[in-house]
Amino acid sequence: MERPLTKYLHPDGSPRFLREYVATGGYRSLQRFGTELAPKDVQRLVGESGLRGRGGGGFPTGTKWSFVPMGPDAPKPKYIVANGDEMEPGTFKDRVLMEGDPHGLVEGMIMAGYALDAEVGYIFLRGEYHLSAQRLNQAIAEAYAEGYLGKPLPGTTFRFDLHLHSSAGRYICGEETALINALEGKRAVPRAKPPFPQTVGLWGQPTIVQNVETLYNIPQIINHGTDWYRRLSRTKDGGTKIYGISGRVTNPGWWELPLGTTARELLERHGGGMADGVRFRGLLPGGISTSFMIEEHLDLPLDFSSFPPDVGRLGTGTMIILDDQTCPVGFVLNLEKFFARESCGWCTPCREGLPWVAKLLMAFEEGRATSDDLSLLEMHTKWLAPGHTFCGLAPGAMAPLQSALKYFREDFERHIAIGGCPWSKKSAQQRVLV
Amino acid sequence: MSERSESCEKGEKWKETRRLVSHLSLVSSVSHKQTRWTMLTDTERRELEDAVKHYPEKRGAAIDALLTVQRHRGWISDESLLDIAQFLEITAEDLDSIATFYNLVFRKPVGRHVAFVCDSISCWIKGCEQVQEQIKNLYDVDLGQTTSDGRLTVLPIACLGHCERAPAMMIDQDVYGEVAPEKMENIMEKYK
Ligand SMILES: Cc1cc2nc3c(=O)[nH]c(=O)nc-3n(C[C@H](O)[C@H](O)[C@H](O)COP(=O)(O)O)c2cc1C
Ligand code: SF4
Ligand code: FES
Repeated sequence: MERPLTKYLHPDGSPRFLREYVATGGYRSLQRFGTELAPKDVQRLVGESGLRGRGGGGFPTGTKWSFVPMGPDAPKPKYIVANGDEMEPGTFKDRVLMEGDPHGLVEGMIMAGYALDAEVGYIFLRGEYHLSAQRLNQAIAEAYAEGYLGKPLPGTTFRFDLHLHSSAGRYICGEETALINALEGKRAVPRAKPPFPQTVGLWGQPTIVQNVETLYNIPQIINHGTDWYRRLSRTKDGGTKIYGISGRVTNPGWWELPLGTTARELLERHGGGMADGVRFRGLLPGGISTSFMIEEHLDLPLDFSSFPPDVGRLGTGTMIILDDQTCPVGFVLNLEKFFARESCGWCTPCREGLPWVAKLLMAFEEGRATSDDLSLLEMHTKWLAPGHTFCGLAPGAMAPLQSALKYFREDFERHIAIGGCPWSKKSAQQRVLV
Repeated sequence: MSERSESCEKGEKWKETRRLVSHLSLVSSVSHKQTRWTMLTDTERRELEDAVKHYPEKRGAAIDALLTVQRHRGWISDESLLDIAQFLEITAEDLDSIATFYNLVFRKPVGRHVAFVCDSISCWIKGCEQVQEQIKNLYDVDLGQTTSDGRLTVLPIACLGHCERAPAMMIDQDVYGEVAPEKMENIMEKYK
């Protein structure tokens, strides 16, 4: 099984810098730019590879690139932005890549820049990733010294400049238009779309915002070709995926596997099954803005095109496991408290609705809830559905709630019936032991 | 000084600063080129000048500037805010709207060290509440508070991206995973 993104990573987590990166084929394909590969060839290869965005939405990268104005009349400069905000709870895949192989991101961005004739790049990194910042800074300095950055690539007139921006917190910065405001030195509230960033983005210029893991895939596609790349996957989406597991399993961690690996394989083969003394109840497949999956969904391929609509979406591919010793209502309360705190406050349904949802769930935990509260929760999943709010944060917050109400309804009802949380004492003890 | 008079005094000082702020913003929007009020140290100024080079507009460096000055001074006081706003050629109000949005910018004093305890889902499953409790027992601080000796401020933080090693916490810039409550004292040894 091929693991192109991670096979060279050091098991001890130490970084690979320039010499090692080049020794394993890094930056080699840049020599083919100008002679063999014109920008439109790189665009075409990325389109044909079947690469889909790894930031949670799974949007086809080639399609996204096709909206960028090209040619001599296109606005200048254009920007490439790596989205390294990675604050989706349960998600830690971009960190693994940036800490272990910082040059892979630099090369991916140079290639994307060349393909779109975008001469400036920013890496937008969450403020807490100090180690990634340190290593990326070193990689950028090395790439400048070697002339991969800041000088025309051999045989071309294309020159790429790359900057690292360390942010200062707030989950909403990961939403691409909020991210653009943050990069401009403003409050990170999302912008209205359209216009989309591909035409009017950073400082009003055409801008492509791409997840970190997405960008790591680009050198692989260019180095090895689209047939090879598509064969890495078990489904029609191209490539591998960095999957992860957290929660009470024997062996939490991350693995690079073919796209389309099933949750069961991931959980049993790689995660070592559930931890001693606990049983599986459900999982969120990729961060907390995705819907619960239960036993009956474990054999679905985890990719961007195989999920039936009522199962939701893959999200970031780093799953969080709910076990039978953990209260599903408490679990969802934790998620909704996060969303309420992280709401940017721009639009009313989200700013007012999420704290309301959190208070309702609190009432369940504290034994004050009635069946009216259950209906109120149901209603919020409609009031905060896509189309009712300015960005995807609030609809994302409703995905786990709506599915929890569907699969764990009797647990909500039990809270009402016994006037409290059936797990409270037991779970407190459990947690001290873990 | 009683608590009450201290807070009154703070109130007065705040009003004074507000006057200064509105005055300054007037000045800065009219003739910021001539005025030289900035009290940035040479090091801070040099670092801010470096930061600005990464953006086509000066204000692009607003967050870098806040974090840089905070690194030197521990937090962003009203005076620091004025210094930075002056440098960036934006109003202090404008900069404050940014400073108060981002949770890693401190608009209040913090202790010598800051412990960020992850309270997101994977850490909650694995007992972040026990970690918070242990900190409270050992150092007598709640979330959002600073110890009386000024050693430690404890803050909640969103998922630190180390969920496979939950529960996680970050002290200053160092991340710790699998933080069992009984390990806390050992970890804290490094942060006096
Ligand atoms: C509230 C919210 C938070 C987001 N956070 C992130 C993030 O941390 N990282 C990320 O890559 N994408 C995040 N996204 C998705 C981005 O808006 C954007 O779709 C993505 O960066 C595009 O990259 P991709 O096409 O390579 O996936 C977030 C979206 C929303 C609505
Ligand atoms: S949905 Fe929430 S996070 Fe998004 S713009 Fe509205 S208030 Fe802000
Ligand atoms: S949930 Fe705590 S580190 Fe991710």
